[in-house]
Amino acid sequence: MTAATIDPTGAAQTAPRITLVTALSDAATITGRYLTHILRQPRLLVFSTIQPVMFVLLFVYVFGGALLQDPSIQQYGSYKDFLLPGIFVQTVAFGATQTAIALAEDLNKGVIDRFRSLPMARSAVLVGRTLADLVRGFAVVLIMTTVGLIIGFRPQFLGLLGAIAVVVAFGFAMSWIYAVVGLSAPTSETAQAASFVVTFPLVFASAIFIPPTTMPDWLRVFAENNPITHVAEASRALATGIGGVAEPLLWSLVWIVGLLVVFVPLSVNRYRKMT
Amino acid sequence: MADTPAVEVEGLTKSFGETTALAGIDLQIREGTVLGLLGPNGAGKTTAVRVLATLLRPDAGRALVFGTDVVRDPAAVRTMIGLAGQFAAVDELLTGEQNLRMVGRLYHLSPTQVRERSRELLERFDLVDAANRPVRTYSGGMRRRLDLAASLLNRPRLLYLDEPTTGLDPRSRSDVWQMVKALVREGTTLLLTTQYLEEADRLADEISVIDRGRVIAEGTADELKSSTGGQVVEVRVSNPADLDRAVDVLSSIGQADAIRTAERVATVTAERGVASVADAAEALRQAQLDVTDLALRRPTLDDVFLDLTGRAAEAEPSSNGHRPHAQVQQGGQEARL
Repeated sequence: MTAATIDPTGAAQTAPRITLVTALSDAATITGRYLTHILRQPRLLVFSTIQPVMFVLLFVYVFGGALLQDPSIQQYGSYKDFLLPGIFVQTVAFGATQTAIALAEDLNKGVIDRFRSLPMARSAVLVGRTLADLVRGFAVVLIMTTVGLIIGFRPQFLGLLGAIAVVVAFGFAMSWIYAVVGLSAPTSETAQAASFVVTFPLVFASAIFIPPTTMPDWLRVFAENNPITHVAEASRALATGIGGVAEPLLWSLVWIVGLLVVFVPLSVNRYRKMT
Repeated sequence: MADTPAVEVEGLTKSFGETTALAGIDLQIREGTVLGLLGPNGAGKTTAVRVLATLLRPDAGRALVFGTDVVRDPAAVRTMIGLAGQFAAVDELLTGEQNLRMVGRLYHLSPTQVRERSRELLERFDLVDAANRPVRTYSGGMRRRLDLAASLLNRPRLLYLDEPTTGLDPRSRSDVWQMVKALVREGTTLLLTTQYLEEADRLADEISVIDRGRVIAEGTADELKSSTGGQVVEVRVSNPADLDRAVDVLSSIGQADAIRTAERVATVTAERGVASVADAAEALRQAQLDVTDLALRRPTLDDVFLDLTGRAAEAEPSSNGHRPHAQVQQGGQEARL
């Protein structure tokens, strides 16, 4: 959307007006760019899809038997039903780190300089990047669900849809943390290393793989208040119908909104003021 | 006022921590002309371009693009400018055509304009055959041409070229020069940064020599050369020990100096033009000095830089506080600052 104005020199000049429509169209252009990247790297696509599937299979078949001794897992009937809704969260949390890596790389190659010199919305690169992660996260979760169904995961269908929605929304919110990381890191390798340092403890010290009850007290307190635990428990309660939904779901939504409220302005501001 | 300058910069300063990148520079570019910003690595050229391209906020001073302040109304400035950087800022994984279309869409051109303009630019920059290949398969010269094409989608009134030929082989460099000259003929105003003397000499109408964040000289290439003095006769003696005697002998016909001791070169002002060459030859013959080279030449921008800074043209790079552009591979044989 542009509006013609007359400048003092008397020559017609087009003054830029970034409206919601142009901001969305710019973001869509950038989303398209990043999704094309994913398709242009077929090997990366294959391995980054195999990886979460591999995690599902390893945890189910290596630890599943032993973990089923735990009474709090027994109530789910099988470890598959306990694990799958939780491990979705691991996938989107790690998938979101791609935002940090891609932004750091674009920054180093000068692509961000070009974008910043264009009359496009200041939010578009970040919104486009995080939306591309959301699309990818959704696709990978669908693949994991399919593999799960094949090996005997038996969710409640409507609840599963709700679970996927919460998990993917949480991954989107996480992407905005990584946007700040990516815009602050000097190289994409640093961005990757920094993202993993943040993500690993959150993912493993959580209720994704086991209930936190057996952890030492200090870790249990961390795990029980970890946002990933809330989202994993919400996803599990929705998909299986076992356990209370309301509390973990409420906490999940609080975290999703909270992360977005803090990290969206922070990263957009950082993008705008970058030197 | 038809004479609003394309670029007007006053007292611009920028520091990165302890490093002063711009120590107060003034620049002016008239519409339709080319300003060459000439200086060594770390002189502040890229910082100046980044401020003018709205990528960087200056600490102090004022920068106007067609009368619009880059700090106060960056969005309006962005619609008027094109930027092609030192690094070819193109997307490796997209094809050449996808790159151009993406930039066209981000300029908010209509779908028809995006299509037509992309095709037109691919033709113009000789990239039609490679249009559907991913950019990662392109050569350095092709990337640079695509980068240049991307900066032109919006038909900018003002184009910034930050070291457009750094790292290119001589043939690709002369291709880029041809394309830049054509743009200028069509009326595009250009700010060109370069560390190649030859490039500034060929492309720029006016040159600002910049060193350590300051403009240390400005004028046309001819003005800069003549400020260093007129024509000289350059003499290279065979034996290094003869250099001082050669200077003595040459002093009889004009003002003589040993300019490059290591290369055994002395010069003398050539007040009588070509006749001075004969005078110099005769004087050296009578003194029985062996000479390997004797020529009349005008001062080059190399001499200008040496004269202005007291440092040799091959200045050592220094950090200017942001990403290490200085690490780009240097190509080519010609003198550079």
